[in-house]
Amino acid sequence: MKYQPIIGMEVHVELSTNSKMFCGCSADFFGVAPNTHVCPVCLGMPGTLPVINQKAVEYTIMTGLALNCQIQPHNVFARKNYFYPDLPKGYQISQYELPLCLNGYVDIETEESDTPKRIRVRRAHLEEDTGKLTHVNNHSLVDLNRAGVPLLEIVTEADIHSADEAYAYVTKLRQLVRYLGVSSGDMEKGAMRCEVNLSLTDPETGEWGTKVEVKNLNSFRSVRNAIAYEIERQTKVLSKGGTIDQVTMGWDENRAITFLQRTKEGDTGYRYFPEPDLPPLDLDPAWIEEIKTGLPELPDAKMARYTGDFELTQKEALVLVEDRSIAEYYESVVAVAGDAKGVTPKLVSNWVSGELFRLLGESGRNIADVEIKPARLVALIELVNANTINQPAAKKVFGVMFKSGRPPQEIVEELGLQQISDEDQLVSIARQVIADHPDPVEQFKAGKETVINFLVGQIMRVTRGKANPQLAEQALRELLQS
Amino acid sequence: MELYTLTIHQAQEKLRYGETTSVELTESVLERIAQVEDKVGAYISVQEDLALQMARFADERRATGEDNPLLGIPLGIKDAIITGGVPTTAGSRILEGYIPPFDAATVARLRQAGAVFIGKTNTDEFTMGGSTEYSAYCLTRNPWDLTRVPGGSSGGSAAAVAADEALGALGTDTGGSIRQPASFCSVVGLKPTYGRVSRYGAIAHGSSLDQIGPLAKDVEDAAILLGGIAGHDPLDATSLNAPVPDYVVEMKRGDGLKGLKVGVPTEYFVEGMEPGVKTAIRAAIDKLADLGAEVVDVSLPHTQYGIAVYYMIVTAEASANLSRYDGVRYGLRQDGVDMWDTFRQTRETGFGPEVKRRIMLGTYALSAGYYDAYYLKAQQVRTLLRRDFEQAFEQVDVMVAPTVPGVAFEIGEKGDDPLQMYLIDVLTVMLNLAGVCGISVPCGFSEGMPVGLQIIGPALGESGILRAAYQYEQVTAWHKQKPGIG
Amino acid sequence: MAKLSLEEVETIAELAKLTLTDAEKAMFQEQLSDILEYAEMLQKIDTTGIPPTASAIPLKNVMRPDVNTLSLDNEEALFNAPQTDEGSFKVQAVLE
Repeated sequence: MKYQPIIGMEVHVELSTNSKMFCGCSADFFGVAPNTHVCPVCLGMPGTLPVINQKAVEYTIMTGLALNCQIQPHNVFARKNYFYPDLPKGYQISQYELPLCLNGYVDIETEESDTPKRIRVRRAHLEEDTGKLTHVNNHSLVDLNRAGVPLLEIVTEADIHSADEAYAYVTKLRQLVRYLGVSSGDMEKGAMRCEVNLSLTDPETGEWGTKVEVKNLNSFRSVRNAIAYEIERQTKVLSKGGTIDQVTMGWDENRAITFLQRTKEGDTGYRYFPEPDLPPLDLDPAWIEEIKTGLPELPDAKMARYTGDFELTQKEALVLVEDRSIAEYYESVVAVAGDAKGVTPKLVSNWVSGELFRLLGESGRNIADVEIKPARLVALIELVNANTINQPAAKKVFGVMFKSGRPPQEIVEELGLQQISDEDQLVSIARQVIADHPDPVEQFKAGKETVINFLVGQIMRVTRGKANPQLAEQALRELLQS
Repeated sequence: MELYTLTIHQAQEKLRYGETTSVELTESVLERIAQVEDKVGAYISVQEDLALQMARFADERRATGEDNPLLGIPLGIKDAIITGGVPTTAGSRILEGYIPPFDAATVARLRQAGAVFIGKTNTDEFTMGGSTEYSAYCLTRNPWDLTRVPGGSSGGSAAAVAADEALGALGTDTGGSIRQPASFCSVVGLKPTYGRVSRYGAIAHGSSLDQIGPLAKDVEDAAILLGGIAGHDPLDATSLNAPVPDYVVEMKRGDGLKGLKVGVPTEYFVEGMEPGVKTAIRAAIDKLADLGAEVVDVSLPHTQYGIAVYYMIVTAEASANLSRYDGVRYGLRQDGVDMWDTFRQTRETGFGPEVKRRIMLGTYALSAGYYDAYYLKAQQVRTLLRRDFEQAFEQVDVMVAPTVPGVAFEIGEKGDDPLQMYLIDVLTVMLNLAGVCGISVPCGFSEGMPVGLQIIGPALGESGILRAAYQYEQVTAWHKQKPGIG
Repeated sequence: MAKLSLEEVETIAELAKLTLTDAEKAMFQEQLSDILEYAEMLQKIDTTGIPPTASAIPLKNVMRPDVNTLSLDNEEALFNAPQTDEGSFKVQAVLE
């Protein structure tokens, strides 16, 4: 492709506090009857005043730290003035010159390179969300349940160069806010909303193209698709010698196209000034330190530990780290296993991302509801290691454990799944199998080595899967060779 | 003697000893309103039935043994202060018919104390003005001369108290809106320290300057009312978390004014001050000295910049505070051709000229390219003004000055020159900019019209200014003079 | 400082969502220019290094705990609204 896309992103993250940014109304708005989570303050009634929700500040600091930002000790809220029916006060309380977080970065994985790519974060600040407008027939309806919900705005430098990178960035961001527990990160429910600033640069001339804003990106898929679409659209225009206008585009999810959107007032019209109703925040360094200490281990650090200490492959580690509660479950099992009896992190990883994921997927259950105590999963792996049960039996046991949480030993006994490792018993069964299948035996003796698998399978069938497959094969070979 | 002429503390005494009831008191005030209100025009609305109901309830509470200084006392509430369930207009068409679903913090406290709300007193639209002429609802006249203004913006409250149409009232003061009408109407008006009284439910004008305070018949009543509304409020992030003293006890402390150091800011005796005002103030200062106060000259060198600083800041804040009036959630809507046009038509129709003028000025002061020159510059000079006060209060306990350089002017006299109207605030805005407290007490007459003495105290210095005002009042009789009305 | 132009008056009016009559425009042009000229006196003061005062009181870090308080019910919320529909405030169509 001739042109190089230069992309900066603004992501709005809805913080999952109990109450709104400046009043005690519930911050839940998804699927709530319109205008029922509202009060005089968030309705912008005359005489009302805002008071800062401490939790929202804490969540912002947590996110800022996770984004490797410098947390600014001196903070001032500002009024951003513009008129819109979904903005009750005619101004949004936001931060302007003195935001909470500055100069951070996020590392993302890309297809092109083994080393992660760094996306710089210019700033992250706290503000209040607006209400929601619904268009019906010839009028619009205003629901103010969302008005005043704490909103974190995260702005990157123009470090993103493709739709895939943008996708990786928002995915990483969602992972971070979920790890931190500060937001559901649910784009489909409006808890994360993206805006993209995109321009195409001509690598020959080095000339920067005109910046186009794309809004309404309400799903991960639309982030990728809208950027890809817009790159293609602009490339076409430029290739034909056309020019790009500085405009705001919207994304039409259904038609999968961007469309020209009417813009609100320009940036110069916002008339920011310090919010006189809110004294400044001079954050106590001890508080920031306390928040820092309380941060959970973040995905990047986990990855390093899993691939290092736990000797997992990149791919194995990635699936475990993806979700914080999965990772925590995995780690609790590893911790219980300790150095005991060859229950390695790798074996645990196989069980978690194998059988556990499969059953979670089938049942639609959440990791939080899983009743298998870590010690019992360790016990199961030990039973396998000790040859008490074989692999297929272990899966069967795991299935029962998943449903009931019961200890594996109990299930093994109840179902009689103990592996038959008694050599005399296996030799007598093997003898019978050889007698019953003269043709395959002939083939084997004629040199068709793979027939041994058929014969082992017959032993397994006779023992209803309980035979130790290695010992069974050994018994067969000895009999056939003698 | 008519009950409506009583002060709060006198009425309280009678209620306590069973000599009267709140219902009788309230009926008396309502009768007085029936007699004089068509001349004075102090109220935008009077809630007669509600008032009597509150009075009956107060009497019931008293019958159970309850007692506090405001139980059963009929008060007027400025219509720029939110009263739940009762129309609150801020003197503006844009809020016509608006019935708020909550009480201002101050109103809630008074309600809790058992006070009786007579009605909503007139105000310049959104408290923007110094004459109450900019109310969209009615014209309030000065009880001392019905051809003159009562001052403003709490002109309704001041006139109501002066005309005995309430025992006391609440006002709001952003640049002098309690003290100036108190001075014009010969009543006591107190602007508390910024943060002393919750602003929750005061319809915002200049958020960094607004305070609610009392207008009263005498200093003791002002102290009682202040005690009833002061204190920390978690709903107002700018409210101070400092204990509220018993102001009535505090103000009566000491032997006269012995040991009190009183500063006279030389810059406050401005050019163009009316001679009669100057004479009255000088005489009042002599009285303070007679009471044992030590009087010295002090300097507030940046005084001349006060008006310019004030109008840049107050209009900027107001321009944003008034953006919520868009006809979507409450108040007036004037439909236009589309949604944006409806916003414009609603605001064009709903706001009066002074409000529009200030929105325009404030919008300009905040707009890109002018912010640094006007708003930021004004905020920096505000720092210098505050330092003036800090330095002065290192030398003295209180300062005294005229509240206004003149007396109440004729209705319509200053209508077409906003700057002249703004300059009336020259001696009051400084306190709002510095965040300190001040009280205006009657101190004489100039050409038959009342003059007010402004006593200025440092932050949280309410006890000190009340003490000076109370002692002064004990040796003068200005506050006992009543207007003839008519 | 120069007098405000009529254009500037119109720009400010649009930012403030006011439609002014021609008479109002002319009046405000005059009056605002006067007031701004008066405020010019501030430019004479040297404020180098002087911090701005946004508030008269030295408060900081005023925050509330993240606790839910009672909301209004829908009827109360819409009680004062000029126009409502389906539990919402109704406005003319807003084109995005």
